[in-house]
Amino acid sequence: MVEALGSTQEGNLIINVGPQHPATHGVLHLVITLNGETIVHVEPHLGYIHRSIEKMCESLTYRQFIYVTSRMDYLSSHINNHACALTVEKGMQIEVPARAQVIRILMDELTRIASHELWWGAMAMDLGAFTPFFHAFRERESINDIMEETCGARLTMNYIVPGGVMQDIHPNFQNRVKAFLKMYKSKIHEYDEMVTGNIIFQNRMKNIGVLSAEDAISYGCTGPTARGSGVSSDIRKIYPYEIYNQLDFDEVLEHGGDSFSRYMVRIREMQESIKIIEQLIDHIPEGDFQAKTKAVLKLPKGEFYTRVETARGELGVYIVSEGGTTPYRIKFRSPGFSNLSVLNHIARGSKLGDLVAMMGTLDLVIPDIDR
Amino acid sequence: MWSLQKIANTIHEWLNTTFNSTIATTIEMVIAGVAVITLFALLGLVLVLMERRVAAWMQIRLGPNRVGPQGLLQSMADTIKLLVKEGLTPNGADKFLFNLAPFIAMIVAMLLMAPIAFAKDFQLWDLNIGVLYISSVSSIMVISILMAGWSSNNKYSLMGAMRSGAQIVSYELSAGLAILTIIVPIGSLQFSEIVQSQVNGWWIFKGHIPAIIAFVIFMIAVTAETNRAPFDLAEAESELTAGFHTEYSGMKFALFFLSEYVNVFIVCAVGATLFLGGWMPFHIGHWESFNHMMDYIPSSVWFFGKTFALIFLIMWFRWTFPRLRIDQLLNLEWKYLLPISMFNLLLMTALAILGWYF
Repeated sequence: MVEALGSTQEGNLIINVGPQHPATHGVLHLVITLNGETIVHVEPHLGYIHRSIEKMCESLTYRQFIYVTSRMDYLSSHINNHACALTVEKGMQIEVPARAQVIRILMDELTRIASHELWWGAMAMDLGAFTPFFHAFRERESINDIMEETCGARLTMNYIVPGGVMQDIHPNFQNRVKAFLKMYKSKIHEYDEMVTGNIIFQNRMKNIGVLSAEDAISYGCTGPTARGSGVSSDIRKIYPYEIYNQLDFDEVLEHGGDSFSRYMVRIREMQESIKIIEQLIDHIPEGDFQAKTKAVLKLPKGEFYTRVETARGELGVYIVSEGGTTPYRIKFRSPGFSNLSVLNHIARGSKLGDLVAMMGTLDLVIPDIDR
Repeated sequence: MWSLQKIANTIHEWLNTTFNSTIATTIEMVIAGVAVITLFALLGLVLVLMERRVAAWMQIRLGPNRVGPQGLLQSMADTIKLLVKEGLTPNGADKFLFNLAPFIAMIVAMLLMAPIAFAKDFQLWDLNIGVLYISSVSSIMVISILMAGWSSNNKYSLMGAMRSGAQIVSYELSAGLAILTIIVPIGSLQFSEIVQSQVNGWWIFKGHIPAIIAFVIFMIAVTAETNRAPFDLAEAESELTAGFHTEYSGMKFALFFLSEYVNVFIVCAVGATLFLGGWMPFHIGHWESFNHMMDYIPSSVWFFGKTFALIFLIMWFRWTFPRLRIDQLLNLEWKYLLPISMFNLLLMTALAILGWYF
């Protein structure tokens, strides 16, 4: 039995949600102190899916360790790979060819849409609506098919190598992406009709789990969670990498801070990703898809840090190199960990049903929290 | 036209001439009991399959389509699986209550079938307080859920049961008032008379706006009473894993499951009887020839057609709406539905006194 805050008070009920529970979407364990249906305290317990990825990376070469990171945030595995490759490229000072940069960004944004699609379906499922999940998967499947064709894998794509991408895009790639965009646009109205506009859904989401901008900053929230509170935190805008600074897209900001704002941020972010893909899909430059690199990569002695915007927020990769073929120390700053830390703060005082909705809007991926 | 009266009378006469009256009555009761049990099982199987196919249709997938033609035997296969599955009783559970609860749920669902008129002259027990009987017996359902939740020795179950208690007791009120709204102009609680009163048109058409309001409230309230989404807080899957039946497995779980579906059927049958005329064909006032044509469609087709249309409506709710929160659920009942249905009842009473219905 885990001791929890508030457990000494009479009449309080301690309930263990997880590690096996449909609402936690993985092996997160929440120790919840309840007073009736009202939440007194929530304490997340981690460690059920700790695979010591950081330690594993220390014994892998700079070409190899990238693939392990696909298993952190498996819904944006491509963006994780991207962050690692960027760090290595920064250390080695490798120039990435323009074609590879565009392909990387296209894949990033497709991954972001796929991740948000899954989140949208799971979010509705957390609130008890099952059908949206299947509708979300209809679109997500076609993204996965595109990825399968080009990268050979659907989820953990491992498509990025230091200096570019592993192989050139499939000849069908552009056509299929365009077909997807067309299909997606014809279906997007269903999302609003089925979930966003629903009165029950809005009542469940509005003014629930309010996170102020100050708290979002002090808890270290990033990504849609912070942007839902009006905190500008899009790495693609603040510290642009690749060619993001040449693209025309908006940072989505909502100022409500409640669950509904976080929801709307993600819904609108999908549109922005569509916008980015539309700008690039017809203008993939000709040239190499991979820079010429040495067979064995050795980072110079020193510390290197890069950050990218994954579907969940800011992912930082910190490498300490001693000049060898493997990193001396590696650290990932994962978005999910900081976003989860805010849960107790926003959930206190609300009902048990709302906790599930809040966890949904934080978009937690447990292997990302618990590496 | 199309009556089972003749067959029933033939059987009745044959039994009475062959045996003495005591044995004949006993045999008749056994036949009735077997019919109810068969109907219970059959309805469960059909409704589970229907739900899965409706869900699949709404979710752009195929649904069960492997076992038997078009997957029609899927629920049979599921039943066999559940029958051979071990029925666990957890440690620390109150064994007597734990094992009793699913049977109460089942018995309640079976008892509720008694006064329902399935077709013309096809009714087990045409008692004069039929509607009152239905609403009072269906309240026993909450006892079974509370029993299951309390005896499971599981916090999720307990919370589910407590939610369900609050919910069913609240929504019973507006369901009752919605029923009363229709009872006022009829002036009888007997099912046969309720159906007979709709010979010149169904109440949803005859009763003006109050009947339509009552129908909407009735559908909302019975959805909540049968613990169906968007009011499925008692078994809120994403919050309480499975709510009050978290600890049940095998056939004990299946009994809860079946009784839920049979309850859905019964409330829809009551709704169809009160608002849509039960087995009464679609009649319009004095259009004799039209009414005569409608009479050619068997009364059981009318009854089951209407009932299954309402069941489809309830399934449609389930597969499109998100779930309410417990406080929103109670607010909806006590702040909106109950005042509206009270006012609606007064309105209908005024209409009935003035005779302003067809």
